[in-house]
Amino acid sequence: MPDEIRWEIAVDRDVVQARQSAREQAAEAGFSAGDQTVIAAAVSEIARNILMYARRGTVTLRVESNDHRRGIIVVARDDGPGIADIPRALQDGFSTSGGLGVGLPGSRRLMDEFEVQSQPGQGTTITMKKWKRHG
Amino acid sequence: MEVPILKQGFYLIASIQSALTDEDLSQLREALVERVGRLRARGVIVDVTALDVMDSFAVRTLRDLAHMTRLRGAETVIVGIQPEVAFAMVQLGLTLKGVATALDLEEGLEFLDRSGRERTNRA
Amino acid sequence: MDEQPEEHPQTRALHESHSADHGGGEHLLSQLVAHLREHRTRLREEWSQRIQQAHLLTAMTPQEMAAETTSVYDNYVEVLETGNVEALQHYARDLSERIIPRGVETHEVVGIVLLLRDVLARSLFAKYHEDFNKLNRILDAYEPAANRIANTVAVGFVQERERVIRQQQEAIRELSTPVLQVRERLLILPIIGVIDPQRARQLTEQLLRAIRTNRAKVVVIDITGVAAMDGNVANHLVQTVEASRLLGATVIVTGLSPEIAQTLVTIGVDLSEMATVGDLQGGIEEAERLLGYKVLPLAEVGSQS
Repeated sequence: MPDEIRWEIAVDRDVVQARQSAREQAAEAGFSAGDQTVIAAAVSEIARNILMYARRGTVTLRVESNDHRRGIIVVARDDGPGIADIPRALQDGFSTSGGLGVGLPGSRRLMDEFEVQSQPGQGTTITMKKWKRHG
Repeated sequence: MEVPILKQGFYLIASIQSALTDEDLSQLREALVERVGRLRARGVIVDVTALDVMDSFAVRTLRDLAHMTRLRGAETVIVGIQPEVAFAMVQLGLTLKGVATALDLEEGLEFLDRSGRERTNRA
Repeated sequence: MDEQPEEHPQTRALHESHSADHGGGEHLLSQLVAHLREHRTRLREEWSQRIQQAHLLTAMTPQEMAAETTSVYDNYVEVLETGNVEALQHYARDLSERIIPRGVETHEVVGIVLLLRDVLARSLFAKYHEDFNKLNRILDAYEPAANRIANTVAVGFVQERERVIRQQQEAIRELSTPVLQVRERLLILPIIGVIDPQRARQLTEQLLRAIRTNRAKVVVIDITGVAAMDGNVANHLVQTVEASRLLGATVIVTGLSPEIAQTLVTIGVDLSEMATVGDLQGGIEEAERLLGYKVLPLAEVGSQS
């Protein structure tokens, strides 16, 4: 299993590939079927967000494991317009694009750790992690 | 990627075979709405058994589809949502509220028959 | 071999550590490994006896003991020689996986590894006792390696045990939350006791899978046996109801205590949206009604035909 996988998100198709690949990686890392779906969904959401708001960006996925647990770490990066009000963006139902607004808050609910770094005009970096215990 | 749409009596059945891009989903929705209008279909079944992830875009599209077909006099049922997918959906906060769902094709057809009868009885 | 000439003690100490850093230590290690291999049978036998004297590994038959001690001894010496930590961890896990099912306890595993360390150390004393300096250098090479082995094996064993225990707990949880098929297309999920988030999640997954397998149209979730529910678990119940609907099943919740009803309202659940019935019996009747069953009193059944 490679150390890190990266996908360029620039078109529609990339979102699908990113989430399918994320599911495969999650499966290889030993996550349950349910968790695989959850991870794939979270990746799909943030990849689409990149496409919608920044037009292009990257999503990288890495598996980390130590003695006690194993985890999947997903980082979404773009050089888009950035998020002005992060707390508001993380609120349920909030959306600037008229969508369901589940992208950020929804993904956050799905994952164990979730971090957003963004400033207007300086792009956005989202880091999310999901862990599973060994055995 | 085009999704094949079958006609069975007054119903349209679309079986999704593989992962669809957002564009594919939008096209499917348009194709179904167009056909409902042209063929005067009374029901639409979208079989998502093969989808292993349903995210916000898919849900939004299916909701729009149900809404639009209803405006044209047809009921839409989504069938075949996998257990893991259903669980991920509710955790994401996506509930497909207002859209009929059934376990599989058979149940979906039964649902359409039933709701068709109810509509006739009411008329 | 680097024999140091007689020197001032301080210089000698420097030279000793110097040579240990520059291959002297490694050289000594390979010497002692050769010694341990040469006297393998005798040392292994001595070790076996010490194990028996200490009443360890009583769960094993003599044949099993012989096989294990041979394997452990050889691997021990191998790791001493190569210093390969990964191989050691792998070996420790392997060993644990083999012996835990045999009912071996942690203190036994640690005990036998320490005894082996002692037996080998004693044999080093015996061999090099005439050359105190050399003995010291040999021990300088041996001790850290032997201690690392003991440590790694102990930790590996404990981790493996924890993993097995977790697996067993998981299995118990699965067994203790059956989803019952009472009639065609009707499932009952009685929930009893304390629900932690992990168990709640597992219940939901089991239920959803059961809905699919049994093609259930109605599910009765009975929470009479649940004492209390915090906001998280209540939320989880709501999610379960919603997810079930996505699979085409209607959920009836029964046994809702006033306290739990309050919790649900607090987290914003619209109770009028959730189908609830007072008790399980009532819930089953409601479910049957939804499924189109007519429930007749026995007396009437005969007169129907």
